[in-house]
Amino acid sequence: MNLRYVNQAVPKLDGAALTGGKGVYTEDMVPRDCLVVQVLRSPHAHARIKSIRKDAASRVPGIACILTWEDVPQIRYTLAGQSYPEPSPYDRYILERTVRYVGDPVAIVAGRDKDCVAKAMRMIQVKYDILEPVLDFETALDNPIVVHSEDDYFHHFDIGGDQKRNLVSSGCDADGDVDAALASCDVVVEGTYYTKANAQAMMETFRTYTYLDHNRRLNVVTSTQVPFHCRRTIARALGLPKNMVRVVKPRIGGGFGAKQTLVSELFPAIVTLRTGKPAKIVYTRKESFQASNSRHQMRVHVKVGAMKDGTIKAVDMHALSNAGAYGEHASTTIGLAGHKTIPLYARQAAFRFSWDVVYTNTMAAGAYRGYGATQGCFAMESAMNELAEQLHMDPAQLRLMNLPHVGENMAAYYNEPLTSCKLPQCIERGMELIGWKEKYPCVKVDDHRVRGVGMAVTMQGSGISAIDTASVTIKLNDDGYYTLMIGATDMGTGCDTILAQMAAEILNCPMERITVDGVDTDHSPFDTGSYASSTTYVTGMAVVKACTELNEKIANQGARRLNIHPERAEFDGDKVYDRTNPETSITLDKLAQDLVVGEGTQWLTATASHCSPTSPPPFMAGFAEVEVDLETGETKVVDYVGVVDCGTVINKNLARVQAEGGIAQGIGMALLEDINYDPKGQMVNSTFMTYKIPCRTDLPEIRVEFQESYEPNGPFGAKSIGEVVINTPSPAIAQAVYNATGVRVRSLPITAEKILMG
Amino acid sequence: MKVKITVNGMLYNKHIPNDMMLLEFLRKYGYVSVKRGCDTSNCGLCTVWVEGKPVLSCSYPAARADGLNVTTLEGVKEEAASFGRYMTAQGAEQCGYCSPGFIMAVLAMRRELTDPTEEEISNYLAGNLCRCSGYAGQTRALRAWLNDKPWEKEGQA
Repeated sequence: MNLRYVNQAVPKLDGAALTGGKGVYTEDMVPRDCLVVQVLRSPHAHARIKSIRKDAASRVPGIACILTWEDVPQIRYTLAGQSYPEPSPYDRYILERTVRYVGDPVAIVAGRDKDCVAKAMRMIQVKYDILEPVLDFETALDNPIVVHSEDDYFHHFDIGGDQKRNLVSSGCDADGDVDAALASCDVVVEGTYYTKANAQAMMETFRTYTYLDHNRRLNVVTSTQVPFHCRRTIARALGLPKNMVRVVKPRIGGGFGAKQTLVSELFPAIVTLRTGKPAKIVYTRKESFQASNSRHQMRVHVKVGAMKDGTIKAVDMHALSNAGAYGEHASTTIGLAGHKTIPLYARQAAFRFSWDVVYTNTMAAGAYRGYGATQGCFAMESAMNELAEQLHMDPAQLRLMNLPHVGENMAAYYNEPLTSCKLPQCIERGMELIGWKEKYPCVKVDDHRVRGVGMAVTMQGSGISAIDTASVTIKLNDDGYYTLMIGATDMGTGCDTILAQMAAEILNCPMERITVDGVDTDHSPFDTGSYASSTTYVTGMAVVKACTELNEKIANQGARRLNIHPERAEFDGDKVYDRTNPETSITLDKLAQDLVVGEGTQWLTATASHCSPTSPPPFMAGFAEVEVDLETGETKVVDYVGVVDCGTVINKNLARVQAEGGIAQGIGMALLEDINYDPKGQMVNSTFMTYKIPCRTDLPEIRVEFQESYEPNGPFGAKSIGEVVINTPSPAIAQAVYNATGVRVRSLPITAEKILMG
Repeated sequence: MKVKITVNGMLYNKHIPNDMMLLEFLRKYGYVSVKRGCDTSNCGLCTVWVEGKPVLSCSYPAARADGLNVTTLEGVKEEAASFGRYMTAQGAEQCGYCSPGFIMAVLAMRRELTDPTEEEISNYLAGNLCRCSGYAGQTRALRAWLNDKPWEKEGQA
């Protein structure tokens, strides 16, 4: 296919506004007379509120309202932005008498300005019954300290939880007799791997403002990835009819999954409802670290068995995940730890994947790019590297001989068929780029510095099979330009642009003729939101369908005006003409004008929805070269190569930057990012000084290439790109460090101390 | 207290709270390019110039700018847009939230360093965090921009 816009390096539509510093983000648009909202938070990891005295605080000049647990609806809900009925348990109130982690909200304070609010916050007197917390996720199950003992705890459906046992969710998925297969293997390796609760750390913290409109409806302008889930959950939590809530998403300063949970929305919303006044909340960086959500901390135990020739015959994985104090995304992230790692090796193997997710008195985890697959990838790929060593095989070769083949069903991947895959080519190209043959396993630089290389492969999905749904409306306006209306949420990723590229391709028109509109729940078509690597694949297909339909409608309307049979009408993007007599034609401009004014008008729009029964996996091979100082343990990634199969690359620049950014976050996870709690449950990392994300001097020049397969179920052959790119750095770097030093680090992050201590 | 601060050539004669930071002052008067990304002077998002030198406006008391000239992205619009085009040509702006602070640092660097090495560039800009891009696209944009020297053609300072 000859493509004009798709598969090109088109600049982002909003690029000039963003680099020009325009006021396009939530906080830039706040009304002038907005109340300032702040949240008084629990200093205790587990406590019951005995009393709250707020009378003196309420008298501080400028204070509009102070709300405590007695003042809010007692309605259970989840903050997870997932499709209804949500898999996450309904285990939250807006404010509750029991507080379950340091940072749990205790009071909502709203006032004229930040100074009066700060003063009132200091004057609120809270007395707590301090309870013993459960902080260690490895001892949480069946611990006598119970995190959730409330009797209105609610599940839509069974996710294998038992709140009395601190168990949010558990389960097992298996195919074949794993124990028998393991017993028959020549080589079995076994390891336990730990990953930390990383912070998404998007540059724009959580923020929301709210106001009542002329119809007394609650308007919520918020930095979110999930406007439609927001609308539903806000209505539920506040006890409002759904039609009384409108959610608008402006430009978003990054999300990476953090904004797939409603973190800031409800606080100003309830203030606006109570006071009738506009209200805003802007999280500090500290609040964003301590009182939002993070990646789920996990312990993953893997046992892999193979024959001498390298054929993998058995994979056994158990994952334990720390949900923290609330169960958002708990049962779903854990699933990906196995479902997005085992299928790479289960072609000829029996497998078993079992899991437990537990509550603790730490900050709730949530969604973070990779969503469990990242944690599982560290464990599984590390185990594969260990297996290769036991087999005396090149780790790349071990992968190449076990990967699934196109056309086969993947039992470990929801039994979905593999419809496109160029992972073998990704591996081979990556080996060339990094110089694998020359550098594996290590090269000595001088008497105390060694360079080692390591690799890993990974897969993700493209949306959630049979759940993620996108709708798109394309309108032909007067004068022949189009409005593409989407409910998918561009959070900096550039989805507005790539969806417009697809529309321009199908409508055969310049990009300039397409305006992208989103997201406002009052007029945008329904979309589950931008998460689970769904937008390119799912919303993209809805764009293809809607634009194809509009093409036909334009041709038909042209035929009517040309007085020819519709089958003879051809629309070339600029005019409709008679195929048998091309002189007979009507321009799109004229047709569009005629369609909106006067007799026989028919304003043309097309709406299409898409939901995919399968989630075709994108793939990536990652190769790390590290330099370790054997005297200090200091480790630096000196080269990183990522070769990605995301199907057809819709936008060459944006896909590349997604990959580079994902790898950078993965390198941060591997070497730097380390959330810790003190013995009383206070998170000790709440600034960029104590939670180190990579700056430009920490990173090598990341090198990315694509091996484009053609996914038959995707728009223009595309799969997804957003998440798959974050997974490989941890296992590849761990292996490179091992090859350089002989020290195997199975617990992230890989610090100089761990390397030196052996 | 009373201050006289010149922002992008416009004089503001204002009463401000003693503890007001320059970031709050600038946003209050509509310079919304100035963003806050942290509470600890670590992220570089709030970078503006005082007398032509980059400062972190989140930790720079507005009172200290009394009598001084402050420049925000809005004050170097054309030069910023020129570099911005190099950014967008790479897709390196991504969410864009760190872009204004980053661009102010880049434009300051261009004035301060002559023919900087890769290492000098990296060190100069190390305080400008970006979580989206992995910096690689920013680096490509910078190389192309330093190579083309559009400011010479555009007759800028």
